[in-house]
Formats: sequence, structure tokens, C-alpha cells
Amino acid sequence: MVGQIAQHAMEVHGEAWTVKELFTLPNEYIYWSIQIVMYPFMTGLVAGAFVLSSLYHVFGVEKLKEIARFSLVFSFALLPVAMMPLTLHLQQPFRGINVLMTPHFTSAISAFGIVFLTYASIVASEIWLVYRKYFVQTAQGLMAMQSRSMVDSFRMMVFQVLTLGAWDISPEAVEKDHKACKIMAGIGIPVACFLHGYAGFIFGSVKANALWMTPLMPVIFICSAVVSGVALCILTYVIVQEIRKYMARSKIARWSKDSDAPGEEELEASKHTEVMISSNYLLYFMIAAMTLEILDLIFRGYTQVKSWDILREVIMERDFVKIFIMQYTIGNLVPFIIMILPGRTVRRTTIATMLVLFGVFMMRYNVVIGGQAFSLSFAGFMDYHLPIIPHNLETFKEGLMGALTVAATPFVLFYFINKFIPAFLKEESPH
Amino acid sequence: MERREFLKKCILVVAGASVPVSALTLIDPKKVFADNPDIQWAFLVDTNKCVGCGFCVKACKTENDIPFDAHVSRTWVERYVYTKDDKRYVDSPDAALNGFTDSRIDLGRGEFKDIDPKNVGKAFFVPKLCNHCSSPACTQVCPVGATYKTDDGVVLVDRKWCIGCGYCIMACPYAARFFHPVEHVADKCTFCYHRLSKGLDSACVNACPFGARRMGNIHDKNDPITQIIMNERVGVLKDEFGTKPQAFYIGLAQEVR
Repeated sequence: MVGQIAQHAMEVHGEAWTVKELFTLPNEYIYWSIQIVMYPFMTGLVAGAFVLSSLYHVFGVEKLKEIARFSLVFSFALLPVAMMPLTLHLQQPFRGINVLMTPHFTSAISAFGIVFLTYASIVASEIWLVYRKYFVQTAQGLMAMQSRSMVDSFRMMVFQVLTLGAWDISPEAVEKDHKACKIMAGIGIPVACFLHGYAGFIFGSVKANALWMTPLMPVIFICSAVVSGVALCILTYVIVQEIRKYMARSKIARWSKDSDAPGEEELEASKHTEVMISSNYLLYFMIAAMTLEILDLIFRGYTQVKSWDILREVIMERDFVKIFIMQYTIGNLVPFIIMILPGRTVRRTTIATMLVLFGVFMMRYNVVIGGQAFSLSFAGFMDYHLPIIPHNLETFKEGLMGALTVAATPFVLFYFINKFIPAFLKEESPH
Repeated sequence: MERREFLKKCILVVAGASVPVSALTLIDPKKVFADNPDIQWAFLVDTNKCVGCGFCVKACKTENDIPFDAHVSRTWVERYVYTKDDKRYVDSPDAALNGFTDSRIDLGRGEFKDIDPKNVGKAFFVPKLCNHCSSPACTQVCPVGATYKTDDGVVLVDRKWCIGCGYCIMACPYAARFFHPVEHVADKCTFCYHRLSKGLDSACVNACPFGARRMGNIHDKNDPITQIIMNERVGVLKDEFGTKPQAFYIGLAQEVR
């Protein structure tokens, strides 16, 4: 018993979920586990959601207006979550701030703080520009009230702060907002791509890892990021619209008092157009992502460098189901066929987006975990066993529970952000 | 201004401007001194002399406070066995902490492989440790600069500044790094820097009964280790990664990775 406790105390990071086979070096474990799978997955969602919103703001795809605004607010909710898995994975989470304090610029990770904050401020300012008029109107409305409840006083305070003292909502001022917003969105696209392409660079530049090291990695990551982001936006948008439809039917919340609220048919119609158009973009990016991924695989198989023997065994045998069945077939091929078959419906697209999200997740999994599935000695393998029921903090953080916490957070955040920055704001003037 | 004159003046300005700029790079004192410091530590392993007793691993773990029951180690010994029917087996049970007391090969997952002694073609041991590379991949990728190379060529980790992201562990092609089970920061061989700076040998060098492990100053031409590296056939591990390892091996087999 005492020995067991001592053994537990001496458990090395990674030992809990790594099973070694044949000859692996003594210090080799799967050090980058499920949270590092979540990291590119979540940043990918952020980048993708932002790109979708930019299609409207920059390129003026007018029909995407509603989903664009939704995506913008949603990408804001996703933002803090991009950092969460990294912090959860650190062995010294309280020193995470050191990356900003003493960045060591030869490291690919060191720029994360800078890129991330730049991107965050772009998204925040874009949201502010889009919603400034709403903030001012709401604040003025609340200020004009004769007697305010506690909640209303609190809301008034928040909205007053949110206006940042810019109370001018004359048409000229609002027009200026729109122009600035377009510029911000324009700058935002390359920054979003950079944020994510650079997550790919973190992996692609590890020369010690035969599976990761390829200059294609950042590009592959960007394409699959857009795919997953657009898919998640479509999925969440459909779900939220269904909830709103239900609320309209049962006449609750806004629908009980506001005669102006959109009716059930109106909601259904707008859902249909928005989903159809955005799923077209989803298809384009899926083609790009799949082409690059398969090119990478073919190139490795064709050139057959020293590492190919072990890579082939991992890709074609040990991880065959995860790569070819779960990722390529269920996650790519099936949804692709579902969407290109004639007579595409919202329901079919929704199913496809779920599969696409699963496929992109599996792609991240196969890259991150698959890259650590073989030993640097090229003579042994490591199997990853995801901790499901945690028995200490580490197996919680880097287990199923930690991953689910990360996955659930954006939706919780979205709920609260939506209270102040409504994603479905009815607005007359186009911009 | 005529064209000829304009071009002449352009060349003059460019040439004139480039002089002070190049002068700045010429006299960077730090670089000049770093290029030629007095000491540059290097390690020499004679694989012909190693018998796989594991004293080096024990000494290292004791000296550097790496728990014996933790399955990580700053140094380890690998056993290579080639059978006559052209099969290759490698293992390093518990990083060879207790030496190789079992003649069976450890296949992981609790499985062992018996090898008929008559079938053994050749067999040998290879001790390994951090190579203290000249251009280390690990220090390059550290996001906070917590791991660095000293002027005398030793790669160290600052335990008070490491955030524990594991990027250096991923970047090392030799798997020399791991997370310290107690300190929860990246850890690795330091060449026993605390001993070196007092003029002592590192713990593993001191513990090796057969002189398979030795250390020397590669900038001192008269150092016996430098003599061997200069005059004999030595190899380094995985030179294809361009990290320029500073641990040299005598009798290195091609299959050792």
C-alpha cells in the first residue's frame, strides 16, 4: 500500500495515459495529450467563425448578413477558449504569463500572446463598431426610465461603459462606424489566418517529429480551421434558430411582449437561405483541406524517406481506423457526399456539419497524438489511453473531463455575451 | 544632375552608409568572445567499454535528485542484440537503473523475449545522455527562454522560470528531456554543472568503473578527450537534425539512433 502511494507520487507526467510497446526511449511519453488536440481545434473554430463573418463584412455577401453577425459574436465567445487548453496543459499554469513577460522570439509559441491579443482586440473593436449604436440606444432607453430596478440599473451601468463615451449616433457617425468596421474585418482575416496558421507552424517546425515536420502544416491547419469554424457556426446557428422558433411558437421571452419579433415562418426562411449559402463556402474549403491533407500523405508515401517505415505502420496499420475510417470517411467523404447530392436541405446540412466537426477533431487528434505514437528510436510505439474517470488533478485536466470543459465553455460564454451583445439584432440600415 | 553623376553619387552614398553598419557587426564584443571561450565541454562515450552495469544511472539519479522509482532518467543505457537470423532487438529496462540483470529482451507491456545465446550474432551497450548540442533545438523553441546554453557549452533549465509547456521535450530528437516528477518542470542532464564548476567530474563519469564515459574541454588541444575526438574515428547521434551534438561516440553502430 505504502509502495503504491509512493508509486503514485512518483508518476511521471504522461505515464498515466501512455502504454509503451517494443523499444521506446526511457523518457518518451505522450506529453502532449488531449488538451493539445483541443488547442488547434478551438483556435481553428475561432478563426473559421471569424472568416465566415468577414465574408459579409468585407466581401459584402449580403445574404450572409444574419449568420455573419452571429458568427462574429460567437467567435468572440470562442476567443478565451482558445487559450484555455494551453493553460490547462501547462505544468506550471501560474507561470503562463511569462510568455508575455519574457517572450523568447526564436520560439514559435512565444508570439502566441501577441498574435492572440492582436486578434482579440480586432474582434472586440469590430463588435464594438457593429453594436455601438445599439449600446447607445439601450443605455439612453434605460436612462430615460423613471424608476429602475436593480437589474436595470446594473444593465444601464454596463451599457454606459460599453459605449466608451461615444454617444453620437447621427447617420454620419454610424456610417463612419461601418467603414471602420469593414477595415477592421479586412485586417482581421489575415490575422485570423495567421493565428491559426501559426498553430500549424508550432507543429510543422518540430524537426524531431517525422510526422509533424512539413511546410504544408500551417496551410493544412488554416483550411481545416475554416472548415470547422464554418461548420460550427452553421450548426449552432441552426440550433439557436430552432430554439427561437420554439420560443416564437410558445410565445415566451421576447415573443410574449414584442409584436415586432420575427415569426416562425420568417425564422425558417432566413435559416434556409443562410445555411444554404454558408454551406457552399464550407464545401469549397473542404475541397482545399482534403486536397492538401491527401497531398501530404501521398508525398510521404512516394518519397519514402527513412521515417516512412514507421510512419506507414502507424498510418496504415495502427491508426488506420482513426485516420481512414473516422477522419477521411466519416468526417470528410460522407458529409461531402451528403452536401453535394441534389436537393440539399437544412436538415441534411446540419447532419453534415456535425460529421465535419467530428472529422476535423479527428484530424487534430491524429496529428497531435499520432505524431507521438511512434518512438524516436523508430523501433517502438506508444498508445494513448484517454483518461475518462479522473483520479487526480492531472487526469482531470488532461482527460475527457478537461476536454469537455473546454468544449462546453464557449456555449456558456455565448449565453452571457448574448445578453449584452445580442447576436440576432434586428437592424434596418445595411452595412 | 546628369545620370552618370547621379549613379556615381548613389554608389558613394550606399558605400558610405554600409561602412558604419558593417563596422557595428564587426565589433560585437559578445560575439567575439563567445566564438572563442576558454572552455567548451564535450562528452566522450566509448561503447566498446560499456558493460551495462547501470552504475552511471544510479549515480546520476542520486546526485541530481531524480527519484529512483520515477520512470524517467537524465541518462540511460541501451542494449542492442543482433541475432544470426538477422533480427535486431533493443531495450533499456528502467533506463538500466539496475543494469541488465535479465538476459531476456524487454518488449514493453510486460512481455519479454528469450534469445538463444547461440543465436546471438553481436550485442553491445550504448550509454546515452543529453548531447548538449551546439545548436540545440530545445533552447530554440522555449517560449520564455527558461532553457539556455551557457558560454561553456552546457544546456541548462531554469526551474524557476520554466512554464512546463513541453515544447522542448517535443523538440529534442534524442528524448533527453522529461518532466521532473517532483518539480513539474522540464528536466535534463546538466553534465553535473554544479560539480564541473567546482573542478569535479560529473557523477556518471565518476561512477563508471570502465572509463566508458569521459568529459573534456574541446577547446583545449592538449586535453586527452580532445585528442581522441581529433585523432580517432568518432561519431555523433542523429546528425541529420543539424543540432551538432557535443557527445561523441567511439564504436558507434549505424543502427543506433
